Amino acid sequence: MTRRSLLAFLGLLLARPLSVLAAWNEQAFGAKTAADALKGIGVSAPAPSKDIVIDAPQIAENGAVVPIEISSNVPGTTAIAVVIEKNPFPLAARFEFKEGALPFVKLNVKMGETSDVRVVAFAGGQQLTATREIKVTIGGCGG
Amino acid sequence: MAGPMKMRATATGGTTEVRVLMTHPMTTAQMKDQPLHFIQNVVVKQNGKTVIEAEISQAVSRNPVFSFRLKGGAKGDKIEVSWVDNKGESNTIETAVA
Amino acid sequence: MTRFSATILVLGLTAIPAGAQDTKKEIQKYQQMIAEGSPVELFELEGETLWKKPQGPNNVSLEKCDLGQGPGVLKGAYARLPRYFKDADRVMDLETRLLHCMTTLQGRSRDEATKRVFGNENQPSEMEYLSAYIASQSRGVRLAAGNSHPKEKEAYELGKALFFYRAGAWDMSCASCHGEDNKRIRMQDLPVLYKPQAARPIMATWPAYRVSNSQFKTMQWRLNDCYRQMRFPEPKFASEATNALNTFLTVTAAGEPYRGPGTKR
Repeated sequence: MTRRSLLAFLGLLLARPLSVLAAWNEQAFGAKTAADALKGIGVSAPAPSKDIVIDAPQIAENGAVVPIEISSNVPGTTAIAVVIEKNPFPLAARFEFKEGALPFVKLNVKMGETSDVRVVAFAGGQQLTATREIKVTIGGCGG
Repeated sequence: MAGPMKMRATATGGTTEVRVLMTHPMTTAQMKDQPLHFIQNVVVKQNGKTVIEAEISQAVSRNPVFSFRLKGGAKGDKIEVSWVDNKGESNTIETAVA
Repeated sequence: MTRFSATILVLGLTAIPAGAQDTKKEIQKYQQMIAEGSPVELFELEGETLWKKPQGPNNVSLEKCDLGQGPGVLKGAYARLPRYFKDADRVMDLETRLLHCMTTLQGRSRDEATKRVFGNENQPSEMEYLSAYIASQSRGVRLAAGNSHPKEKEAYELGKALFFYRAGAWDMSCASCHGEDNKRIRMQDLPVLYKPQAARPIMATWPAYRVSNSQFKTMQWRLNDCYRQMRFPEPKFASEATNALNTFLTVTAAGEPYRGPGTKR
């Protein structure tokens, strides 16, 4: 292959849409139990840590939108995973923080029912975890 | 065609706070009458460099809203957020840090 | 009974159970957090596009529509509705006035413009998008619905009468749910809407994005849906009755800084 055609080939490769290049852990996101979901993202025996801060209301008026703010104060945190234990598919999201990003995220999740929300932080070779129970209520009518 | 996105990025006290809004149905397997359609990947770039990569799922609420924090950052820095969903649809938005 | 034991008895009877107070606080936290992380601005964006889009036989946008502060003036317009409009000789809320502009400025038929006033999560309506955008331009402006013109006063009185008017299959009125202190439906406290203190935070946050169904809902919808829940016949869109009720509620909430469009469960 000539150098020019090699470069052209590489150009084509890099121009492909994000969907082809980006990974999505189908197995972990398809897991139906929290244990399987955690296993799917390589988590085993994470140690409880008070350095993972989960800020969320104790009661959600509706399970369609549950706001959660997560901050990891564990030095060297490179990733955070969110697992909603009682959801049909417990693994909700996984965030990777590269150089330049702080291990922080606020997001809205769906909760099918009252459940523990577990956050796992990955820092170096360590796996740390914290949980928070969020009660989900069914609203009344009206405003 | 993907619905609109909106983003605001502000630099305060050594951190850049990014808030991004995405239009997306994020339908779940539970919704039997609608096909499964949700964002799978989100990428955040600061001045062209990837700083956050996220895999998300149908458990994220419809019309997702995310807040992220980046180290440092100054006015005028370029923040770019893109997403791709399970159908291969995508959208992207770029904003300058205020 | 000694004074001491009487005091204890009184305290015991009047103390609010700690559980209920905590619940209220946590729900307030939920409401605050969903408002902070709300996609409602996306609806405002779409509304702005629609406001500027030429439509109808006249092929003009709504940008010259007078919402009460002058043609095309949006700042503070929503906070000062409903109000009397001379050119229509009636009191109009936002959606009623928008309909007026759609028919007079854009030349659209009432039928076409009202074909789909309430949308859904997959396809919001034009009225909903426009309401989001226009309401957003009133952020921080104190609610000041018209309350001086004779027809405005008339609308207020009619709205008040309607608020307490029991009818429909279940013999209910707005006051059946919104007329007594300390009532709730499931986890939602029911505001006593004829009291300014209760009406103010409510009227300052409609129209709103409802997270429970991912839909953007307006006041015309809110009134329509309350009537549905009471098993009344459906009120006509932009009717005198709905405008009167909206006037009554907004005047009751006068002075409150508008902070919508809101985000609610």
